[in-house]
Amino acid sequence: MKTLLYTSIAATALSAGGALADGKVTVITSFPDSMTGPIEAAFEAAHPEYDLEVLNKKTSAGVKYIQEIAGDNTADIFWASAPDAFEVLKSDGLLADVTIKSEGIPERIGAYPLNDPDGKYYGFAGAGYGIMWNERYLKANGLEPATEWDDLAKAEYHGHVGMSAPSRSGTTHLTVETLLQGEGWDEGWAKWKRIAGNFSTVTERSFGVPDGVNTGNFGLGIVIDFFGFSSKASGFPVDFAYPTVTALVPANVAVVNNTPNEAGAVAFIEYLLTPEGQTVLLDPAIMRLPINPATYANAPEGFPNPFEDSTIGATVEFDVAKSGARYNLVNSMFDVMITYRLDDLRAAVGAIQAAEAAHADSGNEEAKALIAEAWALIDANPIDEAKSLDPEFAGIFTKKRKKATDEVGARQAEVEQEWDAMVVANYAKAKELADKAAGM
Amino acid sequence: MSQNTSPPAATRAGLADRLPRWLVPNLTGVHLVAVFIALLLIGLLLVPVAQVMIVAFQDPATGAATLQNFVDFFRTSLFRESFWNSFYVSAMSVVVATVIALPLAYITTRFHFSGSILIQSLGFIPLIMPPFVGAVAMQLIFGRNGTVNLLLRDWFGFDIPFMEGLNGVILVQSIHYFPFILINLSASLRNIDRSMEEAAQNLGSHGLRLFRRIVFPLAMPGYIAGAALVFIKVFDDLGTPLLLNVNNMLAPQAFLRISSIGISDPMGYVISVILVVFSVLSLWASFLFMRGKDYATVQKGGGGMAKRTLKPAEKALAYATVIFILLLVLSPHIGLLLLSFGTIWSFAPLPDGYTFQNYVTMWEGSKTFIMNTVLYAGIAATLDVIIGTAIAYIVLRTQIFGRKGLDYLATAALAVPGVVLGIGYLRTFHAIDVPFTDKPMASWWVIIALALMIRRLPYALRACTAALQQVSHALEEAAESLGATKRRSIQKIVIPLMTGGILAGFVTSFATAAVELSATIMLVSSNNDAPLAYGIYLFMQTPSGRGAGAALGIVAVIVVAIGTIASQIIIERDKKLKSSGDAH
Repeated sequence: MKTLLYTSIAATALSAGGALADGKVTVITSFPDSMTGPIEAAFEAAHPEYDLEVLNKKTSAGVKYIQEIAGDNTADIFWASAPDAFEVLKSDGLLADVTIKSEGIPERIGAYPLNDPDGKYYGFAGAGYGIMWNERYLKANGLEPATEWDDLAKAEYHGHVGMSAPSRSGTTHLTVETLLQGEGWDEGWAKWKRIAGNFSTVTERSFGVPDGVNTGNFGLGIVIDFFGFSSKASGFPVDFAYPTVTALVPANVAVVNNTPNEAGAVAFIEYLLTPEGQTVLLDPAIMRLPINPATYANAPEGFPNPFEDSTIGATVEFDVAKSGARYNLVNSMFDVMITYRLDDLRAAVGAIQAAEAAHADSGNEEAKALIAEAWALIDANPIDEAKSLDPEFAGIFTKKRKKATDEVGARQAEVEQEWDAMVVANYAKAKELADKAAGM
Repeated sequence: MSQNTSPPAATRAGLADRLPRWLVPNLTGVHLVAVFIALLLIGLLLVPVAQVMIVAFQDPATGAATLQNFVDFFRTSLFRESFWNSFYVSAMSVVVATVIALPLAYITTRFHFSGSILIQSLGFIPLIMPPFVGAVAMQLIFGRNGTVNLLLRDWFGFDIPFMEGLNGVILVQSIHYFPFILINLSASLRNIDRSMEEAAQNLGSHGLRLFRRIVFPLAMPGYIAGAALVFIKVFDDLGTPLLLNVNNMLAPQAFLRISSIGISDPMGYVISVILVVFSVLSLWASFLFMRGKDYATVQKGGGGMAKRTLKPAEKALAYATVIFILLLVLSPHIGLLLLSFGTIWSFAPLPDGYTFQNYVTMWEGSKTFIMNTVLYAGIAATLDVIIGTAIAYIVLRTQIFGRKGLDYLATAALAVPGVVLGIGYLRTFHAIDVPFTDKPMASWWVIIALALMIRRLPYALRACTAALQQVSHALEEAAESLGATKRRSIQKIVIPLMTGGILAGFVTSFATAAVELSATIMLVSSNNDAPLAYGIYLFMQTPSGRGAGAALGIVAVIVVAIGTIASQIIIERDKKLKSSGDAH
């Protein structure tokens, strides 16, 4: 015990000593060890004068951590997928202004601008959202892989689909928002609720989805591409496809305000954007889309290249401002309508699917009308798009009081209770109608 | 303990002589210890938690003080439903955990049963797995497409929804937390005075009636201590429902709302307050239940109840019961072991192939995690039993003003979600620098050990309290009337008699601190300072790292199991030493 204590004290002293030297660059990241490891090794080989200290936190915990330590900042870099997390930090004034030199990096990936227009954060890799499936699971259940969002809403996938909640995972939020922007507010939500009616589960972490598909806990998952690629590369019997409506978005990196080691932080970001740094992204355990088009020359066979294959991520012109304006509101709506009421929603959608199957060829118009009415109840939205973009209403969900005298109107709990009451009643009524139709 | 009391006592003697009398109003060493502990708890628990919880009492729009948020809570049907779900799951978990723990405790303490030590140790092992790892393994075995259900479907064409919704939470929680009941109940059963049982037998009682009327009531302090812990722990537990993706319970609701990116909804904090209040109420209820009953037995030693040899048929039944229960409670470990040696395990009853590669991968990057864990959990558990014994003594044996408050305060730590404590520590200690360095205290590794100490203090405290409750006051009075000082009677009489309970408390605190994640994940500021659970978490975040994470989990189980078995051996030897003086 004592020896251990001494060893640990020695280790602490050493790391404290390291902090005083110029070399240490502290990185807060949501990326897994399997991704940061190879990049860290490559960076330290190229820049032996720096020592990268990687701290892994979930995106939301990372944002909280940086907010909490802002008074006496010890972090140099924030490194994560979701642009929204960077937007949150940026709006809190926690990201530094730095100049990054790079060559051969385009302005956009897909339809998405690579870098923050204010120069607070930089894209270093691309990622798109799609559908991942377990081949053994599908075979055992006699299913074909779904490749479009519409497929996932089909009755045969009932109870076989998994997804993470957008409030838990920044990348999932992007998937939700992409469909809302690609299909329109009402159609987008209707589609989400019909897909969610087929959910087996809503996972707490974004990694819970590939994990569930890998183990065969559920058959299909809505995931970010590299989870699909790296699971496949690890040997799991899984595969991945991009649907037509998807957005390619950059994974980002930024320097934290009041960084203890600005030179080191800048050196790290610049290294990520060099051809060598970009090539590390093709490591089988990482599998992110490089943003330097030249790097694709080294890519393995069949690896998607968004700079040549224009169908990937081209359909949706992702509007960052719109997404940011209603960020928390969309998360809250998803949780109220889907995450917390999944059992009710699943039961209602299941009942409607059963009624539809019973009346597929019956020609019973009355039953068809009931089914349509039931779908309309599922699809109904508590608020319209204009309201979602009303800054005063969306403000209820952020509660950022600039001054002590600011008033924010209604409370989030009130609004959520109102929505909850509406969806619970709608789902119950929809199930009742569907059961009635099925009995005809 | 004695080392802890002596310096303040000595200072007092010197100071009190020189100061005017009214300044030192009859303070004893015990008083000073009480004040010191109170300050410690206030600084390390109350202040950090208050920093976070104050949000619950603020109007989100204006920042003014308000109770409106609590009104909102009770008006929201989702929260009411979550509250009932949490209550239901906790109560059911106590029932299922009792069903698991009672036979194990009874068979191993009541009969001559080979392998009792092994069972007591194996029965303890479920506690020492991080909940998220346990849930991963349980999904693989009992999940919708886990081993059991795939086989059932192949052979019989049906499956059992073990892990669906609240069922899954109850199953995982009962298996995870039943050792609390087992360990406390066994300790109580061992401490029962044999003469009580013999008296009942002389009066003609035997069998179940003897158990129901004499043995179980006498073991009540241990059982209630264990059951209250299980109830509160399940009520507050976050990891298990989250990993099973059950959101409609209180703790997950609090966590989801506090940790969502950018959301500053006060509801999460309101739920935290409600969790704390409800837990304190349940503890208070368990105290009420125990009040006015004297469970102390004068005679100690003789190894507790008379043990009897089983008839062959009974023996077979006892073995079958024990083996079935052990298989059930060790299923997460069996799953984890398979996973750690497996290559790919996907939609199949067993992994596709077996390999040592996971252990190689794990060993390359995990040595620091293991060393850190032993260090942090060791510091935390040592401090826990010292403080736990002191509080138990102050509460049960002194009349110090506010002593119950000390107990409640220490126990309230149970009710503080780890993430709340983590954020609270960041807020409180970030502005304070570690002496002689310019590093903030919040990123100093000692803070992690202190957070673990606070989080696990209630376990040690309950075990120490139960142990002390069974030491009759008459023994101390006897010592004192023979001229021993208070300090000497504590040192020579009370503490030795409590050894079993104290050791049980140490093991519980150590083992559970070793796998704690929710508070540490907020506080780890460098991978060199990270404990084991954090390492497993890192591995488990990648498709290729699952096997290596499982391997590290197995290492955690082995490290803690060695500690547990060692302490069991010490307890047994201790018992033999005592009983050797007993003529029979």
